[in-house]
Amino acid sequence: MTGGSEVAAVAAPEALKATGITKRFGHRLVLKGINFSLGQGERVALFGPNGAGKTTFVRILATVVSPTSGRVLVDGIDPQEEPLEARRRIGVVSHHPYLYDDLTVRENLRFYGRMYDVPDLDRRIAETARWVGLSARLDDKVGTFSHGMQQRMAVARAVLHDPELLMLDEPEAGLDQDALDLLADLLNEARDGHRRAALIVTHHLDLGLALSNRVVILVDGRIVFQSPSQELEPGTVRQLYSRHASRTERNRGQGR
Amino acid sequence: MRSYLDKVLAIVGKDVAAELRTREVLSSMFVFALLVIVIFNFAFELKVENTGAVAPGVLWVAIVFAGMLGLNRSFITEKDRGCMEGLLLCPVDRSAIYVGKMVGNLLFMAAMEAIVLPVYAAFFNLPVFAPRMLLIVLLGTIGFAAVGTLFSAVAVHTRTREVMLPILLLPVAVPVLVAAVKATGDALASTPPPTEGPWLGVLIGFDVIFLTVAFLTFEYVFQE
Repeated sequence: MTGGSEVAAVAAPEALKATGITKRFGHRLVLKGINFSLGQGERVALFGPNGAGKTTFVRILATVVSPTSGRVLVDGIDPQEEPLEARRRIGVVSHHPYLYDDLTVRENLRFYGRMYDVPDLDRRIAETARWVGLSARLDDKVGTFSHGMQQRMAVARAVLHDPELLMLDEPEAGLDQDALDLLADLLNEARDGHRRAALIVTHHLDLGLALSNRVVILVDGRIVFQSPSQELEPGTVRQLYSRHASRTERNRGQGR
Repeated sequence: MRSYLDKVLAIVGKDVAAELRTREVLSSMFVFALLVIVIFNFAFELKVENTGAVAPGVLWVAIVFAGMLGLNRSFITEKDRGCMEGLLLCPVDRSAIYVGKMVGNLLFMAAMEAIVLPVYAAFFNLPVFAPRMLLIVLLGTIGFAAVGTLFSAVAVHTRTREVMLPILLLPVAVPVLVAAVKATGDALASTPPPTEGPWLGVLIGFDVIFLTVAFLTFEYVFQE
């Protein structure tokens, strides 16, 4: 941990709390005892080099993968004890849009809406499709969409059930500038309208800083730095990021 | 319970809608099953006296291997499109995913059988549309789909998944298949056996066992 790590604890109950998270794949320890919390309405940008364990960490927080040790609480709920209640509170946008190419936008949203018991589903589908700019393409097959359009659709799928907590794992991957602006707009709109908490994993430092109120850097399975976003410039984050990443590479090279 | 059922139906509806658009699974199952029946019919040069001995095996070879094509695709489509994780994220009991997938596989196999059985009846000149015979086909298909859906979820995580499914599934499905072939033989016999054979009961018993075990263990199997 470095100097910026002493972030004041948020008084509100936590949207997400992870304690002592480790994850081992075979002999390789990917996550090395991570403690992390996300307050209600808080937005955290998680940066880290390739192979740092970001996606594994997010998948554990999203309850898709179990940690080797440690505990996750989603809005105070333990996913081991009440998995359905915990998952109901989470919306995830990932590298994969989790969409069925052969189904239309409406059919995809209807399927996920039924899986999440979304009330008044037809109205909610129309509302969400309008929000992401897909109203005119509700009856088009998702397989005919560009990657950018599929990512918009993935955002619609993730917020369809109005989750309290959003996890965005490199949502900007493959998006053009217009789509990136749209993603930022969508996140800002969600933040102001619904006070959602969000964890944003990204390599896009400017985007991460713009969307978050706290920055966390994960390197080699450990949180090595965290600080409020407003105290940081993209250049500072870039320097910190490079310093920690290169130090880790040196350690790996020396077999530490 | 209503919510559970709605989720099962959502999964079935999604699989059926996607299949009706592409017809990838159904067309390959139809073609394969028809080929098996045609080839066996000519290969064995069936006479009236040996039809009863060979025909039940031919029917179940066609059903099982064509069914395997459908079972193989069941989770591969989820995995390849990254949708497996989407399902895992849903607040739904894992058993509902199993039941939905199993019912979908059952429907695809039933659709294949609805076309294959008339062809089989025409080639082998056997009374396959008797209620008892249809019950045996249904029970055999349920047992095979029950255990096949479970192993399909296991095999999808392996590198050689298309090869792995039959290797895992067939040894376990043997009791259902033997019971189905024997029960079919009894039902199609020109002179029915003097006493009711045990095979229908065995078939029902294995269906119950396979459904229960698969239902209870799916949660541990269906993980990333």
